[in-house]
Amino acid sequence: MSTLISSPSTGGPSAAERRRSVFMVCSCTLISAAAQILMKIGMVHFTPHLVAVITNVPLFCGYALYGVFTLMMVLALRQGELSLIYPIISLAYVWVTVLSYFLFHDTLNPLKLAGILAIMTGVAMLGRGAQQ
Amino acid sequence: MNGTPLSSILLVLGASIVGSFGAVFLKLGAVRLSGFWSLLNWRLAVGVGLYLGSSVFYGWGIRHGQLSVLFPMVSIGYVWTLLWARIFFHERFTRPKITGLALVLLGCCLVGLGS
Repeated sequence: MSTLISSPSTGGPSAAERRRSVFMVCSCTLISAAAQILMKIGMVHFTPHLVAVITNVPLFCGYALYGVFTLMMVLALRQGELSLIYPIISLAYVWVTVLSYFLFHDTLNPLKLAGILAIMTGVAMLGRGAQQ
Repeated sequence: MNGTPLSSILLVLGASIVGSFGAVFLKLGAVRLSGFWSLLNWRLAVGVGLYLGSSVFYGWGIRHGQLSVLFPMVSIGYVWTLLWARIFFHERFTRPKITGLALVLLGCCLVGLGS
């Protein structure tokens, strides 16, 4: 098992490569947020019927975007550390909360705002950690 | 406070564990990429499969109970992933990682409470 999951490169990725991974995941979270919003729109007129699901454009686009998201995540994971890259995905919650406020007129309260701030600070720290 | 059934909590927790293993397999597949067709390797397929499985668990879990309780529990998956990254990929626990993750968890709880 240990040979199966050993690190491929001995030297490790350069600082520029790691920065690129962080940038890629951050863009990923925008795609993920768009996918979640589209899926939410698609789910509003959801009927459990195969034809209805396939012709549900927002739902379909949402799933397609998830595919793009996964692909970009894999590319980011090539060079980036899993323990740094993975928690950055939580940035998607920030975009979804903010977008829901504008698109669906969801409420935005102090708790949510504090949460958004904490997530963004946390992600900034992870991003800085990737530079070291 | 209507309470959240234990079954929902367990399903969502299960989803977070399954999803964290999805991340491990994606990483396993990612480091072996060379050329377009290498995207079709079993590790990435298992990773995507685990993610889909985790979303099924999650969807099942949130049918009952309060989303404000269940939603932040998904972020526990980040803790699992940190652990697996250390065990399987020998990634170090560093201060920015721990502090960053703690803030992310706090943020997820706050967003959940506010929902």
